[in-house]
Amino acid sequence: MCFRRTAAVADAAIPAARRRPPLFMAIDRDRLLQLAFMLAISLYLVATLALPLYAMLSKSVTTYRFNPKAFEVQVNPGDGWQAPQRISGLEAALPPDKRPELDTSTDGRLAVVDYIPGYSFRGKELYRFRNAAPGAVHLAGTLRITDQDWHEYSANDFRRVVMRPEASHGLQNYTTYFSTPALVNSIGNSITVASISTVFTVLIAFGFAYALAMTCMPFKGLFKLVMMIPILVPSLLPGIALIYMFGKQGFLTPLLMGETIYGPIGIVIGSVFFSLPHAFIIITTALSLSDARLHEASIALKASPLRRFLTVTLPGARYGLISAAFVTFTLVITDFGLPKVIGGQFNVLAVDIYKQVIGQQNFEMGAVVSVVLLIPAVIAFTVDRIITRRQQSALSARSVPFAPRQNPLADRAALIYCLAVTVFVAGVLLVCQFAAAVKLWPYDLSFSFKNYDFSRTDGGGWEAYTNSIRMAVYVAIFGTGVVFIGAYIVEKLQGMKAGRSALHMLAIMPLAVPGLVLGLSYIFFFNDPANPLNFLYGTMAILVISSITHFYTVSHLTAVTALKQLDPEFESVSASLKQPAWRLFSRVTVPVCMPPLLDISIYLFVNAMTTVSAVVFLYSPTTKLASVAVLNMDDAGDVASAAAMGMMIFYTNVIARGLHALATRGLLKRTQGWRVR
Amino acid sequence: MTDSRSGQPATYLRVDHLTKTFGTFTALKDISLEVMAGEFVCFLGPSGCGKTTLLRIIAGLETQTEGSIEQAGRDISFLPPSQRDFGIVFQSYALFPNLTVEQNIAYGLQTIERDKARIRSRVGELLELVGLPDQGPKYPAQLSGGQQQRIALARALAISPGLLLLDEPLSALDAKVRGHLRHEVKQLQRRLDVTTIMVTHDQEEALSMADRVVVMNHGVIEQTGTPIDIYREPASLFVADFVGSMNKIDVTVASETAVSFGKAELKCRPQRLARGTEAVLALRPEDVIPADAGAAGLENAFEVTVRDMEFLGAYWRAWLTSEAFAGTELDAHFSINAVRRLDIAAGRAMTIQLPPERLHVFSADGRRG
Repeated sequence: MCFRRTAAVADAAIPAARRRPPLFMAIDRDRLLQLAFMLAISLYLVATLALPLYAMLSKSVTTYRFNPKAFEVQVNPGDGWQAPQRISGLEAALPPDKRPELDTSTDGRLAVVDYIPGYSFRGKELYRFRNAAPGAVHLAGTLRITDQDWHEYSANDFRRVVMRPEASHGLQNYTTYFSTPALVNSIGNSITVASISTVFTVLIAFGFAYALAMTCMPFKGLFKLVMMIPILVPSLLPGIALIYMFGKQGFLTPLLMGETIYGPIGIVIGSVFFSLPHAFIIITTALSLSDARLHEASIALKASPLRRFLTVTLPGARYGLISAAFVTFTLVITDFGLPKVIGGQFNVLAVDIYKQVIGQQNFEMGAVVSVVLLIPAVIAFTVDRIITRRQQSALSARSVPFAPRQNPLADRAALIYCLAVTVFVAGVLLVCQFAAAVKLWPYDLSFSFKNYDFSRTDGGGWEAYTNSIRMAVYVAIFGTGVVFIGAYIVEKLQGMKAGRSALHMLAIMPLAVPGLVLGLSYIFFFNDPANPLNFLYGTMAILVISSITHFYTVSHLTAVTALKQLDPEFESVSASLKQPAWRLFSRVTVPVCMPPLLDISIYLFVNAMTTVSAVVFLYSPTTKLASVAVLNMDDAGDVASAAAMGMMIFYTNVIARGLHALATRGLLKRTQGWRVR
Repeated sequence: MTDSRSGQPATYLRVDHLTKTFGTFTALKDISLEVMAGEFVCFLGPSGCGKTTLLRIIAGLETQTEGSIEQAGRDISFLPPSQRDFGIVFQSYALFPNLTVEQNIAYGLQTIERDKARIRSRVGELLELVGLPDQGPKYPAQLSGGQQQRIALARALAISPGLLLLDEPLSALDAKVRGHLRHEVKQLQRRLDVTTIMVTHDQEEALSMADRVVVMNHGVIEQTGTPIDIYREPASLFVADFVGSMNKIDVTVASETAVSFGKAELKCRPQRLARGTEAVLALRPEDVIPADAGAAGLENAFEVTVRDMEFLGAYWRAWLTSEAFAGTELDAHFSINAVRRLDIAAGRAMTIQLPPERLHVFSADGRRG
């Protein structure tokens, strides 16, 4: 004891000798493994989200222009070579209306012979051509020439010599965009349509959620199921149904009183259909937080039902309503399938991107429109994040759940209202199914399987359908794995705080990125021959990857919420018992989180089945998908087959959800011994 | 385990000049302490005092900014938790919900014992040890809180750790179970002779269970000592106030053995504060002694009036005022017997005595005078 005391005194005398952590801490295998996973998932998100978006942004500020000063031509009419001439010199000699347009895009090619007066490919002249400036490039047939030497051609070969444009960076594309009224109008169109749809959707969804939460009407379970239908179908399907109902030969067209369904009216009605469930879920959650004690206090203070609604119900649900509004707005403004089908001449941003890229091959302008579309999406996303956080703090307070009392009048009104909404939702499906099952609507209503023979039309046939199922299964399996490991790292890893919050931020970002924008950015990133990941382009893998990334955020948040409910000390206890981290992960973490894991996988499956936007730029002839087939068959005028394929997607999702429900029920039954009731 | 040369217990754990900062916040400031083999030490302090951080650093769940830790002669300062030798029990039990009680206890045994029969018999032993021999096949959710905490203890003890760490293990339980389990844990610790550190904010728990209490505040150790030392001889005003209750009176130092306030002058133990300085006098309510009226020759005797009384079951609490005390009111605890014998009641006058050896004088900044 005495000896120890002196040692302590000696220590104190030289404070410089105090121990600091060594640079390399004793790292055990666990830690190494966890760090490796953290790095892997971060890299995954960087490569499938951050870098593609960066590629798209840089594309949007890249302009391509031919530079006539960078090339020289020399002609030999048969009596010796004339003096070399710059193309720019020849251009000046052309009459202004004959001068070729110099602004172009990535793949622009300009034939040299356009500048040669009196050129004929049967001519006897010989031509020499060279790049006159470093960096200039021209093609002779398929041969790419980058040197500055003279190359000689016969007149016949010379017509295949084309100049390539130079890339430069600047806001030129944006200037062009904002000075093209046809394009700029879409901004207003998109915002108008999204705003109107949002108002209708939130009102209808609130009524529905209110009826379910606050009245004693019958059939509540059935109505909840009905409300889930729109999630199970591609967003194009309501468009197709609307064509049958209100189109040129629609059976309800007179109701429009001369207005056309092809345009804002159709987009709004269809948007309400597909965004209803999303708004409904958010508002239902908000209403379920409603504290019964507040209602009782209000009744005790003799407030009228209206006053109670205005002072208790509405304020309680306000965050839910705002959040639902922003989510709906984002869904509608970023949706592409529906306006593509029913938008007619009414241009919106999402369809503009598609038209620029697929129709005009103008990738730079596609990128510009994408950036424009990103802005409202990012704003809505940010506001929604802030509101959700507020709501969560309101949620932590303990409240007594509200139990509605019977009120015959209100219950009957609620029932009628919900039936009306059900007719609308179920009507869309019935019309599609009916149209798909008859020979030729509206002329020959006899039953036929003809529309299910997908090989007749342009869509990829039944192979597209099996491709879709394969892809959805891959997305569900790999997506759930990646998302859960990522969430585990964010939530449960000790230390590495900066890395974990960076990963969390990356995981939240995909929600702000519209699918079409993500898909386009993948073209720029993965189709670049210089990218080592280029081999993925055109494969099933890139479809799976893009879908996982597109639907990453909701899955990630679900997994994080599930992991938060586990005791934070499990990891500490396991380490103190000298067990490797993977054992805790496989024996405790995964089994306990099984129900949310199943939820994530069904969410990913259903969305992968229905998505069009993220994959429409990425599929290849061998990886056609059912949802894209719906789009293409509709485009080709084969609306009945499109409806048939859409309904196949619906039935597949219904079966998948049924299996999910069975699996969940079985699991809960088997594990109810330890689940806290 | 004793040191063969001196015959005193050997140091098992040594914490040396430990500092922990989180950004600009200093959670622990230059902490040094030793824990003897087989000792039961409590870290006691209000929330945010750094006691849990210190425990987590000893476990390797956090890393210190400076300083070192030595356990059983081995430098463990920078070892990950899995390479240290301890078992830990948390306030939340942290039992794995999907594993049965048996599987929970056997969780740490799988790596050190391959033979299934021996694992089973060890689990049985441990269940016996914590008094729950028949609960093996149940799931944690089917047990009460107290039972769950015993299972958590059995799981921690399963690998026979050299050091047992208890992080507020009883705080989530209701009062009756807590009192009962307190006693049981202490007995178990004595029986197994395992060196134990417990973190708690409950002074009663610390005083009743620990061999030695480490009182902490704002990241520093205020006092280390046996429970009786801590209670009887608090080293600072903070300890005096945090452990048990205290009357605190602003006084002026009158001499080496006296302080004054109001019109009163009180004899006290010798202290080193300069005459005329401001100081704080601390006095436990139970050290206010009721005296027979008119008893002569008492030191520090005062005539007081009982302003109000409160019946607390085992004793009475009384608020006493006196002309001599100016505006200051004294909080006193009187036994049921004393109240009956002296006929003490609200509004009546009585005599009290304040024994000089029980008066603690602290300087204005809370250090002992």
